[in-house]
Amino acid sequence: MTPRRKRMLAVAAIVIGVGAATTVALQALNENLLYFYSPSQIMAGEAPGERSFRLGGLVTTGSVQRSPGSMEVRFTVTDHAQTIPVSYTGLLPDLFREGQGVVARGKLLDDGTFVAEEVLAKHDENYMPPEVAESLHQPPPAAGGAS
Amino acid sequence: MATWTWFHKLASPPHFYRIAGMLMPWFAWPAAILIIAALYGGLVLAPPDYQQGEGFRMVYVHAPSAWMSMFIYATMAIASAIALIWRMKLAHAVAAAAAPVGAWFTFAALATGSLWGKPMWGTWWVWDARLTSELILLFLYLGFMALRSSIEDPQRADRASAVLAVVGVINLPIIHYSVYWWNTLHQGATITKIGKPSITMDMLWPLLAMMLGFTLYFGAVLMIRLRAEVIRRERNAAWLREELAR
Repeated sequence: MTPRRKRMLAVAAIVIGVGAATTVALQALNENLLYFYSPSQIMAGEAPGERSFRLGGLVTTGSVQRSPGSMEVRFTVTDHAQTIPVSYTGLLPDLFREGQGVVARGKLLDDGTFVAEEVLAKHDENYMPPEVAESLHQPPPAAGGAS
Repeated sequence: MATWTWFHKLASPPHFYRIAGMLMPWFAWPAAILIIAALYGGLVLAPPDYQQGEGFRMVYVHAPSAWMSMFIYATMAIASAIALIWRMKLAHAVAAAAAPVGAWFTFAALATGSLWGKPMWGTWWVWDARLTSELILLFLYLGFMALRSSIEDPQRADRASAVLAVVGVINLPIIHYSVYWWNTLHQGATITKIGKPSITMDMLWPLLAMMLGFTLYFGAVLMIRLRAEVIRRERNAAWLREELAR
């Protein structure tokens, strides 16, 4: 074996070795790398019960209710299989709207309501001018955006 | 081994020094034209987004910067592997010259993303898999540069940093696929997606032009930096004195 061939194998071994080690480590950490849990995962009991965690999904169309005279907002978050009611008091980000993705951090109460301390909007990968969006979904974006 | 002569010839410093000087403007001019056209197309011609309004225009700097952060790292890692296997000093020089440029593009991607995240997501920063792995990329660049400058002997500095660059390449697929492997706040890919396009043509072309423009800009800067790197490494060589005297 020439020295060059030996070095080639050494470099390949480094990449494969580090790759394998990283894969195993990431597999082990998989749960901690999830930024949020979906409503189905929560219903299946995968979310940590007592600790606060993040819930992610789409805001159900027609579910947003604001209580007059306070900052409280109630809405439900869905992944089309399960739905979780959320209550939140505070300012909502620009992109928060019905049918769009959100990630809320908070705790799940015993009655099944998720009380959020923070609500972030999750943007999807679609970019289009307003006219195109209008022609795609009429009336306003139906949850799912299957169009 | 006749097929490899061009490769070995390219690795000879005098030859490469001249070629890099000749190539530089061929990268620089198209880059300037593309970037100016893309800025006009992205900031003036493209319509506002249906959800994000005018704020979406950040994508014209953010996505190309993020692309460059990964492209430059791949360049560095490949150059480092070549340098380790074929003991090619010029390839070490490529990695060394590329690193600071890549670090700045990574910083730009993180900074623009943060500026966009505040109004759109409602936060400057989250520790999701995409953002965290991109931050690790910045640390890999900084670690590479710190390692080089902390070792006195140039040959040992070259080899140690090259091993680091090769090891770090594992982060690239993690960055790219993080949005699919895990739930992240960051959205999935828009343009590398197979199937129906997620962006309309009038918004897409400035983005692609900007990515190509940034890539060519990197080519131009790499040529300039490589010439400087060659001068530094060959400062006592006779050919250099002749070259500079011309």
